[in-house]
Amino acid sequence: MAQKTVEIPVGRNPEMGIDGRPVQSPFQPFDIPEPDLGTERMLINIGPQHPATHGVLRLVCELDGETVTKVVPDIGYLHSSFEKLGEYRDWNQIVPLTDRMDYLAPLIYNCAYVMSVEKLMGIDVTERCKVVRVIIMEMDRIFGHLLWLGTTAIDVGAFTPFLYAFQQREKIYKLHENLTGARITTSATRVGGMMADLPEGWTDQLRAFLRDFPITLAEIDRLLTRNQIHIGRTQGVGVINAEDAINYGFTGPNLRAAGVDYDVRKDRPYYDYETYDFEVPVGQHGDCYDRYLCRMEEMRQSVRILHQALDRLPGGPINVEDPNVSLPSKTDCMSDMESMIHHFKLITEGIPAPEGDCYMAVEGSKGELGMYVVAEEGGTKPVRWRIRPPSFVNLSVIPKLAEGHLVADLIMINASLDIVLGEIDR
Amino acid sequence: MTEEHLSAFDAIAAGPAPSDPTTGGAPRLPAAESDHPSIGALGERFGDAVLGQRPTAGDQHVVWIAPARSFEILSWLKDDPDQAYDMMSDVTGVDYGNGRPVEVVYQMFSTRHKRALRVRCPLPLDALEIDSVVPLWRSADWLEREVYDLFGVTFRGHPNLKRILMPLDYDEGHPLRKDFPLRGRYSRAEQTRRALSQDVERYYGHEVLGEEGREPQELAPEIGTRGAEGGGA
Repeated sequence: MAQKTVEIPVGRNPEMGIDGRPVQSPFQPFDIPEPDLGTERMLINIGPQHPATHGVLRLVCELDGETVTKVVPDIGYLHSSFEKLGEYRDWNQIVPLTDRMDYLAPLIYNCAYVMSVEKLMGIDVTERCKVVRVIIMEMDRIFGHLLWLGTTAIDVGAFTPFLYAFQQREKIYKLHENLTGARITTSATRVGGMMADLPEGWTDQLRAFLRDFPITLAEIDRLLTRNQIHIGRTQGVGVINAEDAINYGFTGPNLRAAGVDYDVRKDRPYYDYETYDFEVPVGQHGDCYDRYLCRMEEMRQSVRILHQALDRLPGGPINVEDPNVSLPSKTDCMSDMESMIHHFKLITEGIPAPEGDCYMAVEGSKGELGMYVVAEEGGTKPVRWRIRPPSFVNLSVIPKLAEGHLVADLIMINASLDIVLGEIDR
Repeated sequence: MTEEHLSAFDAIAAGPAPSDPTTGGAPRLPAAESDHPSIGALGERFGDAVLGQRPTAGDQHVVWIAPARSFEILSWLKDDPDQAYDMMSDVTGVDYGNGRPVEVVYQMFSTRHKRALRVRCPLPLDALEIDSVVPLWRSADWLEREVYDLFGVTFRGHPNLKRILMPLDYDEGHPLRKDFPLRGRYSRAEQTRRALSQDVERYYGHEVLGEEGREPQELAPEIGTRGAEGGGA
């Protein structure tokens, strides 16, 4: 068969040849003077209902072309007045309010709250309780970071890590369910101990998770850490230096990514964290990529802590043996007069607190989570219960980080801060 | 609706309950001395402006300072190399009710000396004003707005003092004050009516960026200012 060569003029426009001249156009070319279009700043609202805002957050942006010149976060859509509600509830009734704030790592909030109340009252929890709380807090650090990892990857267009991360989160959901009966609203702690001891076989389930999880984490690491697109979207974006990061109130992985070695577990240790062997990752550049690296490494370190905690988990009671603090067992309550009286007194009156105030900071998955309780002499309800919300302060930095960047970078910066709106709005 | 409604406004007009002579006034001063180095230095340097101090909850330390010199004291705590409280973890308020002063609470931490300090500043109910610390710590920006929103404390010199958690035009007062009823000042029916009759469009203009924003006082009147005309209108 004979070959025939066909030449097709290819240009930007089908009506224009490759040399830029009109091919078959009824219009003759003429010079158009460059119009003076005048520039105007454009106002756009991202959210309050938008998947990239990671909750009910509204970002009001002023744009010059595609560059963000000003961004104002507008919050409060999820305000539930938890702090006001807490003033009307006795110490143990507040626990269910705490896990509804950070529904991505509820057990850390459960623990932080009762830790501050116990410190105020001078209650020393049992050794077993301390280790159990370390276990559930580190487990939920992984839990919170996994959600951040999956959703952040989605924000820059990578879908696979999201599925991998949520597969692992589902396993932690199951661990939550086996431990507390609930997947998100755990309410696992009580003043002076836990709602219940670890169920039989729970530690084995956790060990099984710890066997599989690092493999998945390594897979996600391979997908993202050296990924050209991911690096291009995150390196040099949203940079903050160490001094500003402290001054602007950054805590947690966001602060450490800026090169500040501050971890509440190391600097103000609680629950014998100083005896666990783990390292605190510290970044260098303070950009989105370093925040990513810090959180990835924190998950690996949490796995290390979990192994050590499971190995040292002591036996013995999980609740303090003080009838003014811990409820007696149901069997005792039904067969023993004294226990019945204690049960009745605890339920009807609550636990009396000494006068004073207490601020307890723990290293939450988002940053320094502080619980501040103020009590009056003999008070069975707090005068004031305050949560020092890490995401709230972290989010307030977004105007500094995002101004001058593109809109697409604003999405990445917002994702890299790891916020949860339930806790910001409270 | 009007019956329940008017009674709620009566409570606003009446204002906070009068001081209980046994508990009102200055903070109850502690008996024990604390060995916190910053507290000793504060006492030596500022004398009378340090109203009191006490150790609390085991190993924590609180110091009460006079609101008139709060900015001076806090900037010294930040800049003095022996104190160097470079991290303002939290700014919040405490209202005890019964006419006792509303206290502004600062939680500070020094990353250099690894030391924490809590500073409390009692403000009498008729003068809820204190200097803003935003020039010292930018982290106080939103935290002070929250205290303003929920307690009604005005921070002098704050760059953008307006409500943050509650709606900008919320006119029922400051919810975390003890004289604020848990369910709000309006009846449920009135709250619903107000929510439905809101002009949401005006939240989507340039004023949210703060440039053409209205004065904060206009947006959030103090308790009692609406008492006379009533919300039933």
